Amino acid sequence: MMQETEIPLLRVSRLTHYYDYIVGCRNVSFDLYPGEVLGIVGESGSGKSTLLNCISARMEPTGGSVEYDTRAEGMRDLFGLTEAERRMLMRTDWGFVHQNPRDGLRMSVSAGANIGERLMAVGARVYEDIRESSADWLSRVEFDTERMDHLPSTFSGGMQQRVQIARNLVTGPRLIFMDEPTGGLDVSVQARLLDLLRELVDDLGLSAILVTHDLAVARLLSHRLMVMRGGEVVETGLTDQVLDDPQHPYSQLLVSSVLQA
Amino acid sequence: MQDQTNTSTSHSIDETDHGYNFAYLDEQTKRMIRRSILKAVAIPGYQVPFGSREMPLPYGWGTGGIQVTASIIGPEDTLKVIDQGADDTTNAVSIRRFFAHTAGVATTETTGDATVIQTRHRIPETPLTPGQILVYQVPIPEPLRWLEPRESETRKMHALKEYGIMYVRLYEDISRFGHISTAYDYPVIVNGRYLMRPSPIPKFDNPKMDNNPALQLFGAGREKRIYAVPPYTEVKSLDFRDYPFQIQKWEDSCALCGAADSFLDEIIIDDQGGRMFVCSDSHYCGERQDAGHRGRDPSEMPDATPNPTDIAETA
Repeated sequence: MMQETEIPLLRVSRLTHYYDYIVGCRNVSFDLYPGEVLGIVGESGSGKSTLLNCISARMEPTGGSVEYDTRAEGMRDLFGLTEAERRMLMRTDWGFVHQNPRDGLRMSVSAGANIGERLMAVGARVYEDIRESSADWLSRVEFDTERMDHLPSTFSGGMQQRVQIARNLVTGPRLIFMDEPTGGLDVSVQARLLDLLRELVDDLGLSAILVTHDLAVARLLSHRLMVMRGGEVVETGLTDQVLDDPQHPYSQLLVSSVLQA
Repeated sequence: MQDQTNTSTSHSIDETDHGYNFAYLDEQTKRMIRRSILKAVAIPGYQVPFGSREMPLPYGWGTGGIQVTASIIGPEDTLKVIDQGADDTTNAVSIRRFFAHTAGVATTETTGDATVIQTRHRIPETPLTPGQILVYQVPIPEPLRWLEPRESETRKMHALKEYGIMYVRLYEDISRFGHISTAYDYPVIVNGRYLMRPSPIPKFDNPKMDNNPALQLFGAGREKRIYAVPPYTEVKSLDFRDYPFQIQKWEDSCALCGAADSFLDEIIIDDQGGRMFVCSDSHYCGERQDAGHRGRDPSEMPDATPNPTDIAETA
């Protein structure tokens, strides 16, 4: 997967964030390569979401840097970009899948409009084209296009999550951030959605950063895993390696705490 | 309704109430509002905050428009006030009286004679001329308000010209009704930069805003915002390439003056389902009637009165 010669898509160096004097995350460094899925696992309060929010430029970190390989200008420091450039990046080259679809969708407009919004934001002005792309993406996430004019509030949790995923993918992003994407779903829906995500990531050659506390989800989707505790990365390695042969005492505890069905 | 048009009433000094400062507001307030207006004119379509004052009428009745008018009006000005196109509705009459009373200015119902026109919900049918000022009363100035509830976010969207979301609303219209059904307060882009709510005028009036020789000022009293479209400024209504912007059309013409090119109001005239269409701009309609234009007799209009037996059956 990773080649030494390849340029990373995202480079995080010594990223640190403090909430006043409380540590959010400290001294996190990693490279993410094109096509790679990185899982971040750890208990509640371990700094996973803080890290994700900093990397995805939703929050400015106290220290350290995040560089991204932009299409136009190569490696750029995210926080050195203008806000306009950063927001453009966020809604074209990136996607963010929230745990709760309500955070990622406009609940007052139809599924079709939710997906079309990103296209309209980058200048699509032909209704039929927008509608066609929306329908296309809805069918790719296995969503019944008959219901594309219905409001998201009339959908089940799994369907809402599918709409949210389609909304993020419609502009052809290269990097997707996922915060517990299958959080509130029951296991059968979760399994189907994970299958779908894995397929999409493979087909589109997406890079993704996946935050989860569910080790099964991490094992299924991610190539590489980072274990966090108390704001710091305690172990990192290939997913199977970390899960099958954890080295750090906390990773061992985490792996052994999984309930066996 | 029409017999009192074309009366230009000049109020004698005796009718002016000298207990108030000229045009009600104190001079410092007027200066503050003028500064906001100047900024608004300098940045067409941009919403400039101002310290809106309590006015002797409730929010929603035109407090923003009145404050703008009070700040720009001078003793030599002639004021026209319209509400839904008419000079003789409650809101128009009382605002006109207010300024006759506190400023002693001349008032008129003739569009061409007015130097300042305060309006609610319409732009006069008679084309405006250079030097005239049109003051709009605005209930909600923020075009992105129902799409994005956070003020901090909408300001950022204006700053970065992120207006894609406005098209989401038009998209929803088309997907639900097959056409852009937004009929009033139709969003526009001013001077190729700022997204603006033109206040609740019908979209029929949107083309009149484009390159208009008059200065257009917008005042929102409750929301404390002023914005402006300077003379000869481009005002473009949003649309899709395959669903272009269109204005309303009527199959009938005005029943009183026969005008086929004006905005028509539908008026129910009896309890038998009879109705007629008349110009909403009362001055324009009156002027045409004085010039000898007449509408068709309502009874000759097709489908004006349904067959009485139909009513009996449904009753």
